[in-house]
Amino acid sequence: MKLGVLFSGGKDSTYAAWLAKKQGYELSCFISIFSENEESYMFHTPSIKVVEKQAEIMKIPIIIQKSLGRKEEELKDLERAIKIAIKKYKIEGVVAGAIQSVYQSSRIQKICNKLNIECFNPLWQINEDEYLKDLIKNKFKIILTGVFAYPLDEKWLGKKIDEKFIKEISELNKKYKISKIGEGGEFETLVLDCPLFKKELIVNSFKDSGNKNSWRREISVK
Amino acid sequence: MILIISTCREKLHYFEFVKPIERILIESKIQFFTKHYSEIKDKDLDNTDRIIICGTSLKDFHYINDLKKFSWIEHYKKPILGICAGMQIIGLIFGGKLKEKREIVMKEINIRENFLVTTGNVEGYFLHNLSLKKLYNFKILGKTNTDNSIIKHKFKQIYGVLFHPEVRNKKIIEKFSLKKLK
Repeated sequence: MKLGVLFSGGKDSTYAAWLAKKQGYELSCFISIFSENEESYMFHTPSIKVVEKQAEIMKIPIIIQKSLGRKEEELKDLERAIKIAIKKYKIEGVVAGAIQSVYQSSRIQKICNKLNIECFNPLWQINEDEYLKDLIKNKFKIILTGVFAYPLDEKWLGKKIDEKFIKEISELNKKYKISKIGEGGEFETLVLDCPLFKKELIVNSFKDSGNKNSWRREISVK
Repeated sequence: MILIISTCREKLHYFEFVKPIERILIESKIQFFTKHYSEIKDKDLDNTDRIIICGTSLKDFHYINDLKKFSWIEHYKKPILGICAGMQIIGLIFGGKLKEKREIVMKEINIRENFLVTTGNVEGYFLHNLSLKKLYNFKILGKTNTDNSIIKHKFKQIYGVLFHPEVRNKKIIEKFSLKKLK
């Protein structure tokens, strides 16, 4: 079955794409939304432009749809992009990286149902510890590109998800109930390498912006 | 020992509709084994204490054309919990009919009678294009504003839930798997 991946370049959509590929599905294209709204409930925004480079090294075509990011209107932009993928790449289903968010998942399910294609959420209800360990075991190189919750601050930007990170975030989970995988929007990530990549991406330069416990890192890669 | 039955046609849907149930049983230290409905043998049914029939995706209706593979349900004497597609299968086996009804939503369920120790109002995640319109020999334990969402066979330990308890209502699966059922 040919699939389109709703792709943000972060750990969830990349891991979902990898699971689909491992199960024998054809990844026909990526579908990415560039939202102008940094507070979007639906779409990841820090370093989103890196998806073009990620798609290039995976040799998978990408459809980029710009969106003003207004609530519910951004769903029309997503639907438009999926329609293009159906027409251009003949996809029969979409893969998404939804884990716990019924808000996000139900909206994607509705669009797929309307367009008469399958919707796959292979990370649905995944256990946080099991997921983090699996990312490390399978050599996903992931860094943080945004933090949005106390007590996370600019010092967390660029941190790699490894055993040390798991220990630190687990302590914050106990103390402040921060999701270890950022499921509550506490942090956003970027994948620099994984089993789908032909080569590792190298961070060329970056620019941080924000204040207190809300920081984002815009990265350029080579 | 619990038998988890997958109704998914696509293997990638296993991660979405079956694995979350397996995780709940693992976390509760309950032993189980999983099989697709097309591979169930008599010995699987004999070697289990109770059965959970999982749901599948909105576009997957394959199980409806394969109802013969579920004919064992009619005479089965041990407890069964059917989730979404699983509830539809149970209803159909006992002579019920399906109707088109699309719901992709978190919605309030009013539980009228004690259901696996849960009563009152709970929020459930609904993801289906079909529901049951006629039921024979079933009690309605819970309803939403539009549908019967929890059913129990009048004479058997056979339950059906139209929503997905693996989302936000894990206790229902734990209770079904552990509780002494009357």
